[in-house]
Parts: sequence; C-alpha cells; structure tokens
Amino acid sequence: MILVYIEVREGKVKKSSLEALSEGGRRAKDLNTEVNAVFVGHNMESLASEVFPYGASRIYLLENSLFSHYSAESYAQALVSLIEEIKPSVLFFTASAMGKDLAPRVTARLGVSLASDCTSTAVRNGKLEVTRPIFAGKALATLIFKSIPQIATLRPNVFPLAEPISEQGEIIKKEVVLAEDKIKGKAVEVIREEGTELDVTEAEIVVSGGRGMKGPENYNLLRELTAILPHSAMGASRSAVDAGWIDHQHQVGQTGKTVSPNLYLAFGISGAIQHLAGMSSSKCIVAVNKDPEAPIFKVADYGIVADLFQVIPHLKEELKKVLKE
Amino acid sequence: MPDTESKIRINHEHKAVIEEGLNFVLSPYDEYAVEEALRLRETKGGQVTAVSVGAEEAIVILKKCLAMGADEAILVKDNEPETYDSLRMSKIIAQTVKKKIPEFDLLLFGKQSVGADNAQVPTMVAEFLDLPQVNVVTKLEIEGSKGTAYREIEGALEKVEFTLPAVISAQKGLNEPRYETLKGIMAAKKKEIPVVFLNDLDLGEEELKPQLEIVKMEGPPPREAGKIIEGEPAEAAKKIVELLRNEAKVI
Repeated sequence: MILVYIEVREGKVKKSSLEALSEGGRRAKDLNTEVNAVFVGHNMESLASEVFPYGASRIYLLENSLFSHYSAESYAQALVSLIEEIKPSVLFFTASAMGKDLAPRVTARLGVSLASDCTSTAVRNGKLEVTRPIFAGKALATLIFKSIPQIATLRPNVFPLAEPISEQGEIIKKEVVLAEDKIKGKAVEVIREEGTELDVTEAEIVVSGGRGMKGPENYNLLRELTAILPHSAMGASRSAVDAGWIDHQHQVGQTGKTVSPNLYLAFGISGAIQHLAGMSSSKCIVAVNKDPEAPIFKVADYGIVADLFQVIPHLKEELKKVLKE
Repeated sequence: MPDTESKIRINHEHKAVIEEGLNFVLSPYDEYAVEEALRLRETKGGQVTAVSVGAEEAIVILKKCLAMGADEAILVKDNEPETYDSLRMSKIIAQTVKKKIPEFDLLLFGKQSVGADNAQVPTMVAEFLDLPQVNVVTKLEIEGSKGTAYREIEGALEKVEFTLPAVISAQKGLNEPRYETLKGIMAAKKKEIPVVFLNDLDLGEEELKPQLEIVKMEGPPPREAGKIIEGEPAEAAKKIVELLRNEAKVI
C-alpha cells in the first residue's frame, strides 16, 4: 500500500499534497496496490471529501486538539504509530516547508532513509525508483531504497493532478494520545504580510527581476505584472537580493529557491550559473534583457533583446487584453 | 561544498560528481549558523564549537570557523565518498555530540547542504537526540531556557516556541556573517583540531551503511535556446503574449 501525507495549512488542503496523492495513485497502479491518505490535525472530516477525488481508497484522520499547533515532534509520533500499524511500502510527502520539516523526523524515528524533493518517480522490479536534482539541478541522481517503507518528498508543481473521480472511500478516524509536556517545540503563529502573494515555489507563473531592474522601486513594475497574471509570484536573482532591493524569500537559484513553474519571466537577469540551476526546469522561460549575449537567452524559449522598462508597459497592456478574453 | 559558481561534471560510470577541480568552501547557510552562534556567545556567554564530518579537506572549513571566532573545532574523519544519505550523516553527528559535546544549549546547522540539497540532517539529529527543531530560521531569540524562532514557510513566517536544548537550521536573512580578521586567521592557524574517528563513536557497521543507492547520475536535460522575438517593444510584447497563449499555452 502507498500512503500519502496530506498537509493542511490555515484550514486548507495543500494543492501540492494532492499532486503527491495523484503520483501515489499512479505508482499504486504499477504496484497493483491502493493509495491511501493521512491527515494529522483536528476536525478534518470536511476536508476528506476534497481528497477522495484524487484516488485515495482510505483516509486516515489522526486527531488531537493539540495538533492545531504544528509540531514536527507530535506529528511524527502520530504518523509513525500509524505506519507501524498499517505498514505502507511507500510513503509520500509534498516537499513543502512542512513536508521538509516533518518527513526527516518520521524517517529518523523509523530508522530509514529519505529521498528529498524528488521530481520523478517510477516502479522498477517492484521497487520505487526516484529521481531528484542535486546541486540545485546541476545534476540529477536516481535512487532506490534499501529499506521499507520507501519514503520521499515530492517537489510541488511538478507532478500532474489526477483526473478527479467521484468515488468516496472509507474514513478511519483515530484519536491520538499525546503528552502535552513532552512537546518541546511548536508553531504558535503564522505571520503573513498583508497582501502577500503566493510563494515562488508554489506559483504557476514566476515574474523575476535581476540587476537590470536598477533599483528597489522598480520591483513595483513586476508587482503590477503579478497582479494581472493569475497564480503568479515575484522572484529575484541573487544580485538583486544581495543589493537589498528585495527580500531574500523571493530569491531563485542555488542559494535561494528552486522553482519549476509553467512560465518563468526573467527581466534583467543575466543568467548566472547559480540562477539557472534554480529555474531551468521551468516549463517555459521568457527572457527580456538588453544584452544579446546574456547566458539567460541560452535557456529561454522566447527572448526579447530590449530595455525591460520599454517592454513591460506594453506587455502589461497585451496581457490585460488577452486575459480578459 | 563546492562554491555556487562551480560547473558540475559527472562520472557516469561511478555515478558520482567529479570533485577534482571544484573549489570547496564553507556553505553559505553554515556561515549564517556560525555567525548566529558567535552572536549568541557575545550576548549570552558560553562557548562555540564547530564540528565537521568529512575527509582531511574539511580542516579548511573548520579553520575558517575558528578564524571567524569559534572557540574550538572537531573533525570527524569520514573518508566515505558522498552517499547523499542523510540518515548516516545524522547518526554520526548525533553520536559525536553525545560523546564529545554532551553539554550544549543549541545545535546550529545550515538549512541544507549546497550539493546534496537534502535539508534532512538537522531534523534527523534532533530526532536522534530527542530535541525540538526549528528549520529555515530567519530570526532567533533566546531567553533563559526558552527560545522563539521565525521560520520561512510558503509566503509567510511561522513563529515557533521551543525549550532548550534545541536544533536550529539557518536560512539566508538570519544575519550578515562577519569576515575573518587577520588576527583571527593567525590564531586559527595555531589552534589544533582534534580528530574523532568513526570507530570512536560506537556505531555499528550496519548502522553506517547507506540505505539509499544511487543507480544513475546524469546532467539535467539540455535546454535549447529558443526564439528571439524581433521588433519594437510594443510589437515584441504583442508577439510574445500571442506565443505564450497559442504556442506555449501557458497563459
């Protein structure tokens, strides 16, 4: 059996968890088994119906009111006791902030290894095989596991969602016993800036600016584009972040975030090797740069050799027109 | 880790990255961790010990930590080539801490290596030592035996409260690492770095066997340069939006 952890943030099921569940369903078919899903939290029944369409045969709800505060320690405890009981051969998490924080705790407790941030999975000779970028995508390693369960986190935005089905499976609710005084660390608050857009790792479109933006004030131009484009977020190159023009959480590249959106728009980004490592798995890349020799053009599907400040206003108008249709 | 400007070459037969010619440096995330440790020592007192697991080359990294101001450094000698298996590495680190540094308040790590990109070791070490963890931290406050850390999550910060001792992994933004001073570099040169061997750690051979096996290592699929859109900005913008909609079908 394949088990997929479904992440809930601020009362909502993470889309990337549904991607992981969809991939779990595809591998379950290869293995001639079923895929099940597990929630950890409090009062989650209503969310289960959002998850069944993506192929889960069974949904486990691990309940305790203390789970309303995320803690890797208590979540791992709940997951490990379920894993020991139902013995899945494969376990997937989404490689979100929570998935990356929780999965190693679970695997260490089980004494098995973990493959992080995988971008493809397959079954060969009855075993899971995963591929993951290393050196931020400068190389790809394909791995197999020597222990069971085979546990991986899957990169968001890479795995397609399954075609929704109408079948409803079984819900199994389990009350988890926790000792509150044994939980040594827990999340107490999520602080979101007013009007904060999506994270670059989750966005379907990333609008990114580099040194060619010339200064912090010009990032408003990119913000205007993200306001027009649905499911978009703003990215930046390291030089723009290091210059203090924009917060580092927007940084794309080897010491920033690795992204694979459907569309990556690069404005005034030359394309240093460490930047390319973080974005060249994007499905479509557009580069706007004054310098025709900029390395970014070597990876771009479409390039415009021009001053970005002259292009953006026109681009805005054209996008508005097309997206209104 | 190799510096981020490095081109990565692959030995396909050995399924490994070719290390020859790479310039190994202290990872930027580890620099934030060292800097935070030094700042905490300056405000709260205590002692900073730098630990690295690896071959002889890791000495350079530890000397850098000493030059930045760490009080002492320990090298855990491990000549195994990179396995990309964090479980093994975490067992080594957890056991080193237990045996060699039993008295500590905080274990600071970089949020991930720049290479294996696993982001697993801090959490696994926390689990093995039964400690709380906060990963990808951009702000850290310690007050007595309690701490508050702010960690980056999707488009927001998560505020986490924890008790000491604890594991923290550092993200860019936590601080601005200092440069080594000439005095620091000279002092670091004179400092001896004790070496711990895996045999000293009472870890069974079985426990140190990697549980992940690399079956293939390759370069990323090559991307071909695409079309250059000609014309005045207005015209080019119109063309590109049309291509994105009708050819690439991404908007």
